[in-house]
Amino acid sequence: MQIRVKVNGVDYTHEIEPRLLLVHYLREFLHLTGTHVGCDTSICGACTVQVNSKPTKSCTIFAVQANGCEILTVEGLAPNGELHVLQEGFKEMHGLQCGFCTPGILMTMTDYLKNNPNPSEEDIRHALKGHLCRCTGYQNIVKSVQYAAAKIGSKEEVPA
Amino acid sequence: MSTTNGMIGKSVKRVEDKRFITGKGRYTDDIVLPLQTYASFVRSPYAHAKILGVDLEVAKAMPGVVVIYTGADVAAINGVPCGWQVNFKNGDTMKEPKHALLVEDKARYVGDAVAVVIAETREQAKDAAQMVLVDYEELPVTVDAAESVKPEAPLVHDLAPKNICFDWELGNPKEEVDQALADAAHITTLEFVNQRMVANAIEPRSYNAAYDAVSEKYTLYTSTQNPHVIRLLMCAFVLGIPEHKVRVVGPDVGGGFGSKIFHYPEEALLTWATKNINRPIKWTAERTESFITDAHGRDHVTKAEMGFDTTGKILGLRVKTYANLGAYLSTFGPCVPTYLHGTLLQGLYTTPKINVDVTGVFTNTTPVDAYRGAGRPEATYLLERLMDLAAHEMEMDPAELRLRNFIPPFDGVEQPGYQTQVALQYDSGNYEGVLTKGLEMLGYKGFRQKQQEASQNGKLLGVGFSTYIEACGIAPSAVVGSLGARAGLFEVGQVRVQPTGKVSVFTGSHAHGQGHETTFAQVVASKLGIPMEDIDIVHGDTDSVAFGMGTYGSRSLAVGGSAIIRSLEKIIEKGKKIAAHRLEANADDMEFEHGQFTVKGTDKSVSFGDVALTAYVPHIYPKDLEPGLDFSSFYDPANFTYPFGCHIAVVEVEKDTGKVVLQRFIAVDDVGNIINPMIVEGQIHGGVAQGVGQALFEGAEYDSNGQLTNATYMDYCMPRADDFPLFETATQVTPCPHNPLGVKGAGEAGTIGSTPAVVNAVIDALWSGGHQVKDIRMPLTSERVWRAMQTPVNE
Repeated sequence: MQIRVKVNGVDYTHEIEPRLLLVHYLREFLHLTGTHVGCDTSICGACTVQVNSKPTKSCTIFAVQANGCEILTVEGLAPNGELHVLQEGFKEMHGLQCGFCTPGILMTMTDYLKNNPNPSEEDIRHALKGHLCRCTGYQNIVKSVQYAAAKIGSKEEVPA
Repeated sequence: MSTTNGMIGKSVKRVEDKRFITGKGRYTDDIVLPLQTYASFVRSPYAHAKILGVDLEVAKAMPGVVVIYTGADVAAINGVPCGWQVNFKNGDTMKEPKHALLVEDKARYVGDAVAVVIAETREQAKDAAQMVLVDYEELPVTVDAAESVKPEAPLVHDLAPKNICFDWELGNPKEEVDQALADAAHITTLEFVNQRMVANAIEPRSYNAAYDAVSEKYTLYTSTQNPHVIRLLMCAFVLGIPEHKVRVVGPDVGGGFGSKIFHYPEEALLTWATKNINRPIKWTAERTESFITDAHGRDHVTKAEMGFDTTGKILGLRVKTYANLGAYLSTFGPCVPTYLHGTLLQGLYTTPKINVDVTGVFTNTTPVDAYRGAGRPEATYLLERLMDLAAHEMEMDPAELRLRNFIPPFDGVEQPGYQTQVALQYDSGNYEGVLTKGLEMLGYKGFRQKQQEASQNGKLLGVGFSTYIEACGIAPSAVVGSLGARAGLFEVGQVRVQPTGKVSVFTGSHAHGQGHETTFAQVVASKLGIPMEDIDIVHGDTDSVAFGMGTYGSRSLAVGGSAIIRSLEKIIEKGKKIAAHRLEANADDMEFEHGQFTVKGTDKSVSFGDVALTAYVPHIYPKDLEPGLDFSSFYDPANFTYPFGCHIAVVEVEKDTGKVVLQRFIAVDDVGNIINPMIVEGQIHGGVAQGVGQALFEGAEYDSNGQLTNATYMDYCMPRADDFPLFETATQVTPCPHNPLGVKGAGEAGTIGSTPAVVNAVIDALWSGGHQVKDIRMPLTSERVWRAMQTPVNE
């Protein structure tokens, strides 16, 4: 089957098997390996991208289901090298260690912050439920999101 | 060590983050090589079965199949080796069955590999693998460590009667411990399970092996914690191929926690096969496949008895453990329940008589090996559960009971190290300090009152303590060699100064999340007085880095960092000679500080950069000195290092449902000197999360057929962001006296201390509600806690 997608602003057309998952299409056909496969039951969230602006676990849909869609992956977050404020937050607050779960979380939480500019710690932890991290214990991920929220909201305080 | 430019102790942001946060990390599965093929394994669905035949007829003919191998094809090849020999008490060698790359006659655990399909695409390999027809004859299964040594238990390996791999003992003679307990006014006994855990790094294992027929060289990309170890084991012990013709690369690794230390059959198999087909072969585990084939952790069945006098002083400790090794010996399997567990049973206490007896047992389950903490969490869990329980039983305060038994402070310099009853000598410690700090952070004075009030209001509040010590910075080679290790445990660090004064550091350590590219650079920047941007840390490639042992056992800074320090010292010493010659002074009169070589007492100086250039453009140069500024050092530690700490958990237990909410977690950790506080704190967070995970959520559940019933993330409860409060962390610094950085290692301490604190808190909560429960089997699900409240006697 043929699909046509726009990924990170670039148009692609490919002939693929119907059973090919979107995550494998991105990784293997487009060589966008920033999106990761961490499980086989759509729990871990490492495969999260944005499909038509909606955070989507790309292991849960077939590539053909994304036909005609606009997809944003982690590689598209900082198009001109200037980091998204959430990426900056992860660096400032030590929100990653091995980095494997990080792209997925970035794709979920950049969207989350658009709609929830002032989240509480509890809100953030709840929003992260679709993501597993084995390295950080989540604490500094929460702080990274708080950093970004504060900056977006142009507040003076940044979490310590 | 002099601290220049303030880089030591600074929370420098990580240099490695840039590639990870932009999706430019390079993990093994990201790598695609020209003419790439893909492997898919056929694995036994039975825990124990004869393999009567393997029919490849249909599979071979399927689209894209390049070749299929079975056990018969690799029968002549050695299996993967065990790197640590633990013998029987009577001196007999441990039972060491072959751990074949593919099994031929029998499958011994669910996941045992029977065949491998290599095809043009991932899907084609998997499709064909599903069409490989294996004729199995099921055999009876044994899964529990304590049950498997009974006469009626099925035999996993003919060469291991009663499924016993080794039996081992450490400490004072049993009779002395028996006597000590007989004299005790009170004995606290615990029979418990430290349950099997799955490491679950979010990046599954992945390998890509390639062969170049012209140069006759192999390249293996592997998601490993230690590329050189893999190369040595694979070349020398399995495939018999020349080590110098093999390049092993550990690219970015998405977490390891121990599970990526070991040399797995898939690594050797792919490396062997790639030469046959002359094309690269890639394999990446699926998550369930990872669950059943990555080495598991823990799985001890233990009876522990601690005897006290009337004042609460510990008189003796007697421990019997059955350690589940799984179906085969993993690389370090035998040492975890013995030399990394038994040796920690002194804890922080002055216990005069200790005996630990461990039986290593084969079962029809996934092989068991090191998992974050490796033996030390098991020892800490045992001790700290006993202490809190004993406090309850003797109606003593658990903090007071500990203080009464603590080894007094010692720095290892003015005061000697503490010699334990179980082989190890602790380096330095201040145990009262961490407990006092922890109690302060908790606000212990008001707590018991709060607890009483809560109980009156129908809520069960509990506090649990854990004062732990661990042995890491693995390890002094001669010591571990005498204890059965088949490897040395030194580390290598090469510092290469380039002509323009930029520095490349080649380290045998291999980060998989720990931030070495930053912390090691901090050490170098500090010592040489040069900016971080001028330093590059190279790791993970056997072509670039000399033989090193890799990253595990919280050893990277303590051992790897020390090797780098030694090389930096050599650099500075040579630099002084070069500078002295330039300045027409004596090398002995040279000082080096803030990147400048200065003649003592004068302002005659030359910069590090100048000296570097001179070393490579040796015109004005000492006659008897070689050019260049490049040194390698191999550092073999004098001892283990001994981080310690106090973890305190506060929980609330819902009476009606048994649900446990972790309200607070306090961690006071002493990991010696701290290079980067931000990174140490991150390690503690992650370690605590895994320790809490073991207490409340996780555990590999085998049924009696040897099926791993929770081999997915839907069934194995991984902790999530909303399971934790903010961890309250603090540090204390008691430097390590025997390495140049004074560091002890921080990677595992969080996991080691935390598990018993949480379980103790739940038990404390139940006692406050009148349920005098001795033990609840981990993980403490609401059902288990609820049931414990219905039946006051420990089941």
